[in-house]
Amino acid sequence: MDLLKLQESFDAKIEKGDCIEPKDWMPDDYRKTLIRQISQHAHSEIVGMLPEGNWITRAPSLRRKMVLLAKVQDEGGHGLYLYSAAETMGISRDEMIEQLHSGKAKYSSIFNYPTLTWADIGAIGWLVDGAAIMNQVMLQRTSYGPYARAMVRICKEESFHQRQGYEIMSVLAAGTHEQKAMAQDALNRWWWPSLMMFGPPDADSPHTAQSVRWKIKRETNDELRNKFVDRTVPQAEFIGLKVPDKDLKWNEAKQGYDWGKINWDEFYNVIKGNGPCNKERLEARRKAHENGAWVREAAAAYAAKQQQKAAA
Amino acid sequence: MEKALFNYLLRLADSSLIIGHRLSEWCGHGPVLEEDIALTNIALDFVGRANALYEYAGKVEGKGRTEDDLAYLRNERDFFNNLLAEQPNGDYAQTILRQYLTDAFEIHFYEALSTSKDETLAGIAAKSLKEIQYHLRHSSSWMLRLGDGTEESNRRLQNALNEIYRFTGSLFETDENDSVLIAAGIVPDLSAIQQQWQKDVDAMLEKAMLKKPENVWMQKGNLQGKHTEHLGYILAEMQSLHRALPGVKW
Repeated sequence: MDLLKLQESFDAKIEKGDCIEPKDWMPDDYRKTLIRQISQHAHSEIVGMLPEGNWITRAPSLRRKMVLLAKVQDEGGHGLYLYSAAETMGISRDEMIEQLHSGKAKYSSIFNYPTLTWADIGAIGWLVDGAAIMNQVMLQRTSYGPYARAMVRICKEESFHQRQGYEIMSVLAAGTHEQKAMAQDALNRWWWPSLMMFGPPDADSPHTAQSVRWKIKRETNDELRNKFVDRTVPQAEFIGLKVPDKDLKWNEAKQGYDWGKINWDEFYNVIKGNGPCNKERLEARRKAHENGAWVREAAAAYAAKQQQKAAA
Repeated sequence: MEKALFNYLLRLADSSLIIGHRLSEWCGHGPVLEEDIALTNIALDFVGRANALYEYAGKVEGKGRTEDDLAYLRNERDFFNNLLAEQPNGDYAQTILRQYLTDAFEIHFYEALSTSKDETLAGIAAKSLKEIQYHLRHSSSWMLRLGDGTEESNRRLQNALNEIYRFTGSLFETDENDSVLIAAGIVPDLSAIQQQWQKDVDAMLEKAMLKKPENVWMQKGNLQGKHTEHLGYILAEMQSLHRALPGVKW
């Protein structure tokens, strides 16, 4: 089949809403876009283990400690499925990890903010996982089959993460003066970075239009962001916390909120590496990888010896 | 009898909590993603077991103390965990070795405990035993990979063994609570468990091409609340937030 026919059959599948599978022909740019997006998503899960892992040893009750351990373990698992989904496109996990460590591949910038207090663990679950879910629910219908299927599994666990985060916040908000202040402070710090998680405004998003055409994305950054605001503001009000946006106002006509301006300067700076924890996060990942090199070598050497023995 | 059972439950719960704490320190820093997930999962099993044991201990004591009171509001000298559990993670070899030595003990201990005449304790033990079977498979497979992997991995594992073998005696320490509870059929006799443990460990060290340290003076004292200096820091970290805002709901 010539290239034109292949392209036509690909386009027809996308048009019809069929999934693209690993063995199907696909345009190079579609492949590149997905490798970039899925590996970025996988890296985000892995780097995201660090800010939350920061509070496991200090979790204030055994129940909270267990829930947090289970959650961070889930995230490692999500990283695994996502790396596997990306591998179906012909890139190895080692290559992807190398790209993360060299700074070539990105991860969600939100994880470059520090978890300063216990309430940040609540805020991450509620806001960060809440924002991630908006994206991930959409991605269950993404056009690439293995990615869509990984998302179905991930979404189930993420909704538990979001609920436990909100529950931490509601307990704090209903607690003592100090606990409530801790919760409000966490909301103040995480609100705007959470809104930035949806990516740049549609007008400035280099990849959005093409991704929507390919049905990799089904909704644009701004559409998802507005949905998130509409859903989250009432949740904050319900537990008596105040969203830190002086321009926030219900708009009866559009049945949604009008809200303030995002500091995009901060967003681009954090992406560039100037966030409060960019250096620490990458350093921790590189160090784990380097310190683990002899362990991986030993496992490989042992496996080779076993194979030799079996062959002999 | 209640007092003996309470003390014994604390001994088990503290050992589970402290090694769970150590394992959880690896979260996000493991040598490979699969191991990161495995260690976090195992940490969760230990904390879960500690939680169940503390809850039961609180009931047995009958003074209204909760599992969190027991975990977060006691000091170093009131913790009875074995000394192996509190040893630092070191490199991956030291963590795997500490885990294997613990799992090889727990597999026999919890199996025996699952036939305890105390039904609650037998129930907790039966549930734990399923988890321990997985823990032991995991740590044994890594003992072999590291022991019979590369020269470096063998050297690291041997160093770890030379370093922490002296704390294994503390797994088998007994006090007056043991005799009371053994007589009632509630807990097993640790000297029998120790023989099984030693046999398994010797066989594993040979398979993993390690030399068992000779003439080791065993460090003990945990049943009198005498620990290595590491425990104080673990508790300082673990209890800090809980103690900073006393009496609140989390």
